[in-house]
Amino acid sequence: MQSIQDILEERILVLDGAMGTMLQQYQFTEQDYRGSRFKDWELALQGNNDLLSLTQPDAIAAIHRQYLEAGADIIETNTFSATSIAMADYGMEDLVTEMNRESAKIAKRVAMEFSSQNPEKPRFVAGSIGPTNKTASMSPDVNDPGFRAISFEELRIAYREQVEALIEGGVDLLLVETVFDTLNAKAALFAIAEVKEKLALDIPVMVSGTITDASGRTLSGQTAEAFLISISHLPLLSVGFNCALGASQLTPYLHVLANKSLHAVSAHPNAGLPNAFGGYDQTPEEMAEQIKEYLEKGLVNIVGGCCGSTPEHIRAIVELVKDYKPRSLYVNR
Amino acid sequence: MAHNQPQTIKNFKRYLRLSGLEPLVVTPESNFINVGERTNVSGSRKFLRLIKEGNFTEALEIARHQVEGGAQVIDVNMDDGLIDGKEAMVRFLNLVIAEPDIARVPIMIDSSKWEIIEAGLQVVQGKCVVNSISLKEGEEEFIRQARLIRRYGAAVIVMAFDDVGQADNYDRRIEIAKRSYDILVNEIKFPPEDIIFDLNIFPVATGMEEHKRNALDFIEATSWVRQNLPYCSVSGGVSNVSFSFRGNTVVREAMHSVFLYHAIRAGMNIGIVNPALLEVYDDIPKDLLEHVEDVILNRRPDATERLLAFAETVSGKARERKTDLSWRESPLQERITRALVKGIDQFIETDVEEARQNVDKPIQVIEGHLMKGMNVVGDLFGSGKMFLPQVVKSARVMKKAVAYLLPYIEADKDERTKSAGKILLATVKGDVHDIGKNIVSVVLACNNYEIVDLGVMVPPEKILQKAREEQVDLIGLSGLITPSLDEMVFLAKEMERQEFSVPLLIGGATTSKAHTAVKIAPHYQGTVVHVNDASRAVTVAADLLRTETAAAYKDKLKKEYGDFRVKFLDRSRTKSYLTLNEARVNKLKIDWTPEMISKPNNLGIQVWKDMDLSILDAYIDWTPFFRSWDLHGKFPAILTDPVVGEQATELYQDALTMLKSIYQEKWLEGRAVFGLFPANTVDDDDMEVIQLKSPGEPDTESPVVFHTLRQQLAKKQGVPNLALADFLAPKETGIQDYIGCFCVTAGFGSAEKVKAFEAAHDDYNAILLKALADRLAEAFAEYLHEQIRIKYWGYAPEESMNSDELIKEAYTGIRPAPGYPACPDHLEKQTIWDLLDVEEQIGVTLTENLAMWPAASVSGYYFAHAEARYFGLGKIKEDQLADYARRKGISKAEARKWLAPNLAEQE
Repeated sequence: MQSIQDILEERILVLDGAMGTMLQQYQFTEQDYRGSRFKDWELALQGNNDLLSLTQPDAIAAIHRQYLEAGADIIETNTFSATSIAMADYGMEDLVTEMNRESAKIAKRVAMEFSSQNPEKPRFVAGSIGPTNKTASMSPDVNDPGFRAISFEELRIAYREQVEALIEGGVDLLLVETVFDTLNAKAALFAIAEVKEKLALDIPVMVSGTITDASGRTLSGQTAEAFLISISHLPLLSVGFNCALGASQLTPYLHVLANKSLHAVSAHPNAGLPNAFGGYDQTPEEMAEQIKEYLEKGLVNIVGGCCGSTPEHIRAIVELVKDYKPRSLYVNR
Repeated sequence: MAHNQPQTIKNFKRYLRLSGLEPLVVTPESNFINVGERTNVSGSRKFLRLIKEGNFTEALEIARHQVEGGAQVIDVNMDDGLIDGKEAMVRFLNLVIAEPDIARVPIMIDSSKWEIIEAGLQVVQGKCVVNSISLKEGEEEFIRQARLIRRYGAAVIVMAFDDVGQADNYDRRIEIAKRSYDILVNEIKFPPEDIIFDLNIFPVATGMEEHKRNALDFIEATSWVRQNLPYCSVSGGVSNVSFSFRGNTVVREAMHSVFLYHAIRAGMNIGIVNPALLEVYDDIPKDLLEHVEDVILNRRPDATERLLAFAETVSGKARERKTDLSWRESPLQERITRALVKGIDQFIETDVEEARQNVDKPIQVIEGHLMKGMNVVGDLFGSGKMFLPQVVKSARVMKKAVAYLLPYIEADKDERTKSAGKILLATVKGDVHDIGKNIVSVVLACNNYEIVDLGVMVPPEKILQKAREEQVDLIGLSGLITPSLDEMVFLAKEMERQEFSVPLLIGGATTSKAHTAVKIAPHYQGTVVHVNDASRAVTVAADLLRTETAAAYKDKLKKEYGDFRVKFLDRSRTKSYLTLNEARVNKLKIDWTPEMISKPNNLGIQVWKDMDLSILDAYIDWTPFFRSWDLHGKFPAILTDPVVGEQATELYQDALTMLKSIYQEKWLEGRAVFGLFPANTVDDDDMEVIQLKSPGEPDTESPVVFHTLRQQLAKKQGVPNLALADFLAPKETGIQDYIGCFCVTAGFGSAEKVKAFEAAHDDYNAILLKALADRLAEAFAEYLHEQIRIKYWGYAPEESMNSDELIKEAYTGIRPAPGYPACPDHLEKQTIWDLLDVEEQIGVTLTENLAMWPAASVSGYYFAHAEARYFGLGKIKEDQLADYARRKGISKAEARKWLAPNLAEQE
C-alpha cells in the first residue's frame, strides 16, 4: 500500500464529514444509548455519542461506510470525547480504553473492506482526539484568572490512555482536532511522542486548530501563526483548521498556514455557520463552491467537513478536488 | 487538470520562531531581540519583594510595563531561597497567560532548577525559551533535559558551561559551544534554529590582567559560533561588561553601546539590555568612544588605566571612595541632600550650621533642608534604587544633624517638628531580639515619623501605658521566639479591653500573616496588620496615617485578613492527623545495634571562656547576615549581584572591618558550656539522661528527662512520624546510647558597644554589631559541633569539611535547638540550663519567656546517630498536649501556653 505521505504529494485527500450530524438522524433514545450492557448505569447516557461504538456499533459502521462510499480517503474514529476527562461526566472513565479500541476496530474493518476492493485508492483511519471539556490555559472562574481546572499532567495522562487504545485498535493516523486551547494540544502531542517512543512506531500525526470567530484567534487567544509555531516542534503530517467557521470564513487563516507551514495543510470547516436553531443549512453544492477557492489558490492538501456536513457534502468535495493539484509540499528542508 | 498553478512554497528558512499569543520570528533582518528582565527576582528588587509578599497583581504590572516598553520576550525567574520557586513560577505564569497584552510576547522560563523550568513549560501554550541548560551536570542530564524541552516545544539557551567549569576565554567558549551543538543537533536532532548560546559576558577593566580580553573573547567567540554553528542564535546579559564602572553612568552607558555595537556585528542577536542604560553609539563623544573601544576591544595594554583616568573627567561626580570633594562646591541644599543620600556625615554639621544661619527658626532646617534630602532618600528607597544599609547610613547623618540642631530648637521655645505620625515600637515581654525592630525604627524615622522605641522585653502594661501617655498613632510589636506570638495575642486582647483604637503592626521572624490574621486580628476591633520588612513598614504606616487613605485602607485590611482567615481555616481543616498512639506506632524504627553507637571520648561537662573569636571566621554563614539587611541572595554570589552587589559589597567591607576590631580589640567575649551524657529513650518520647557525679561515676538515681514531641500529621505510607527521641536508642534494647547538649554565646560585651554607638547617633554600627554578634554565635555553635564530632564525642574523627558543606549541614548528626521546628517547646531549654548549670557556668540567662540573654546565644542538643535529621514537628493534637503536660508534670493550661503555635485548630 502506498504511504499517505507519498499520496499527499500527488493529490488532495478528502477527510470524512460529521459523525454527530449523522447520528442525529438515528434519533437514538436513552434506552438505545444504554443498550443492554449499561441498562442499569446510574447516570443519564443520552448524548454520549462515543459510547455508541459499544452499544450501537452497527450504526457507527454504517456511517463510516456512507462516507467511504462518498469517496472519503480518511475516516475519523468515533472517539472525539473518549478521554477519561470528558467521560467523567458519565462516570465512564474506566471504559475509555475499550471505547477507543472498539471505535478504532470498527472504522478499520470498514476501511479495509474498501481498500481491498480498490487498492488504487487506499483508505485511512484517523484516530480522533478531541480537546476534552476542560482548558489548561484559561480559568473557568472570572474572579480568579490564575486558577486552572486541569493541569498539563492530567491531560497528558488522559491523552496517553486514549492514544494507546486507538493504536491498539489499529488506526493509521492520529488527528488532534478542534484545538481551542493550544496547551491541551501540546499535552496530547507530548503523550503521542511518549507512546511513539515506547512502541517505536512512526504513526503520522495531524493537528487541526479552531479559530473561534472573526478575531482570527483561537479561544485561548493565539493567532493562526502563533498556533502553528506552538505545535510545530514534533514531526507532523499536517496542520489545519476545523469547526466553528464555514469554509469561506476559514480562508484567510488557511493562507497563513499555506505560506508558513512546513507540513501539509488541512481544512475541515463546518457546513456554513449555524442557523438560529443550531442547524446547518449549507448545501453540498454551496460548500463545494466555497472550498473551490482553497483549491484555486493552492492552499490545502487535505479537505473535509465538520459540523453539519454529510456524505453528500463529502461526495461534492470528492468530485471537486479531482481536478486540482495539491498545495506543493516541496520544501527545502 | 489544474486551473491554476498552486502557490509554490518559498524555501523555508530555519529561523528561530517563538510565540506568545502572537508570533516572533527572528530573521537575519530582525533587529536585536530585547528580552525584558524586570520579571526576574534577581533582576528586580521590586519584583522580588512583590513576589515575596504574594502581591502578584502588582508583579503583573511589571510584566505589562516591560511589554509596553518594548520587550519582545519576557524573562521570568523565581530563583530565590525564600520563595517556593515552582509555585511562584506557575502562579505568575498562569496570571500572565490571562492578560492578553502581556501574553502576546513569548516567555523565557528562567531557572537554575529543572523542576521549575518543567513546571513553567507545563502552563504556557506558546513556544517559550528555556533559560538555561548546559553541560555542567554532564552529558546525560544535558541530553535528557534537551529531549524534554523539545517534547514540550520550546527553544533553549545553552550556557557555555561544562563539567570543568564556565567558559572564560575564546577557546573554551567555542569548545563548549561546538560540543553542545554537536550533541544537540547531531545526536538528538534538536533543531539548530532553536538553540541560543549564552557565551558568558564578563566584566572588563577590572584591573586584572586575565579579564582584559573578556569582551573581545565574547565578541570573537560570537562571530565563530555564528559562522560555524549554522542557524543558532547568540545571547547574553549586557550590563555585566561594565560592572567595574558601576557608579559612573556615563561610562557604563558608553560601554554598553560599544559592546553591543561590536557584539551585534559579530552576530549576537538576542540579549538582556536595560534600555535606560544605553547611550546611542553615534552620540558617544569621540574621545570617550576611543577610550571605551580601547578597553572593549583590548586595543592597548594600558587601556584600562587610561579609561579609569579619563572616567574621572567624564563624570563630574566621581566615586567618593577616592574622596573627590568637588561636590562640596555645589549649593547648600545639594550638599545636604547628597550627604543624606550618600550617608556622608563628615560635613553635615558645617552644612546644617550654614543652613541655620539662613533661616528664621532652626526648626526650618529640619522641615526644609533635611526633609527635602530625606524625601529623596525615601523616593530612591521606594523605587528600589537605594538599599537598606544605605538608608540606615542616611539616618545616621540625619540624626547627627538633628542632634546638632536640638539645642537651638529648645532655646527657641514653643517649637515642635510636625511629624507624619508617632509610632511606638517594642519587642514584647520575654523576648530580646531587636535587630529587625531597630531597622524598622530607623527607616520609619527617616520617613519623618516620630518613634517611641521602648526597647526589648517590654511588658504589655508598659506598652499600653506609654501608648496613652505619648498619644501614639500606631503600635508596632516585634518578636523572634514563638512565645512572643502569644504575648502579641495577649496585647491585642488588652488593647480591646482597654478600648484602644490605634492600628497594631506585627513583625518579627516567627510572625506571619497567617498567625496575625488567624490568632491576633480576631481579638482586636482596630486594624491589625503584619509587616515583615522595613520598606513595607513605610508604606503601611503612610496608608494608615494619611487621612485621605486611612479609612479605605483599614477596611481593605479588615476584609483581606478576614478572607485570609477563612481560607486558611478551610485549608487547615482538610489536614488529617493520627492519634498520639498511632503516631507512636509509626515512629522511626531503627534496628539498634551496639556498633551504631560511639561512646564519647569525654563524658561530662566542659566550660570554655574567653574564646578567641577569630577562629570562628571560616565558620560564618554570611547569607543570613545579608538577609537581615533586606539584601537577598546567596553569599558570595550576592557580592557581584547586578542589583544589590554593590551595596552588598560595601556592607560586607564594613562588616569585615568591624570584625577585625571585634577580634583584635576583644569587643565581644565568646563562652561555651557543653556536656555529653549516657542516655536512652524511655516510653517512646522521653529521653532519660544520666548525670555524672564525677568522671566515670554515673548518678543513676536521679536521671534528668527531656520530653520530646512527636509529629501527628498523617504521613504517606512508609514515612515515619518523627520525634527527636527516635534518634536515641530505647532503654529496652539494652544498648547504652549518649546525648549531648550545649549553650554558646558571643554576646558578652556587645551591650556596652551598642550603647556607645547609639549615643553617637550611629544606628548603622549599632545594628551591624548586633548582626555580627548573632553570626558569631551561630558560627560558634557550628564550630563547637564540629569539635564535638571530631574530638569530644569523636564519632567522626576523619571528618573534614569546608564551610559551604557546614552550612549545607552535610555531616552526620544534628544539633536541634529548643524553640525551633523539631522541638518547638522552649521549656526544654530550662532542662538544659539545669543539666549544664548554664547560668552559673557562663552567665547566659533565660527570660520569663525563655529567650536567651545575651541574644547572641545558641543552645541545643547533640544527636550522633546517622539517621538523625532535622524535621518540623508541625501541628499536634489535644491528646499529645494532655500527655505532654502529664509527663512534664505541669497543668494542661500551662502546656497549652507554650505549645499554642503548634496546636492544630479545634474542629
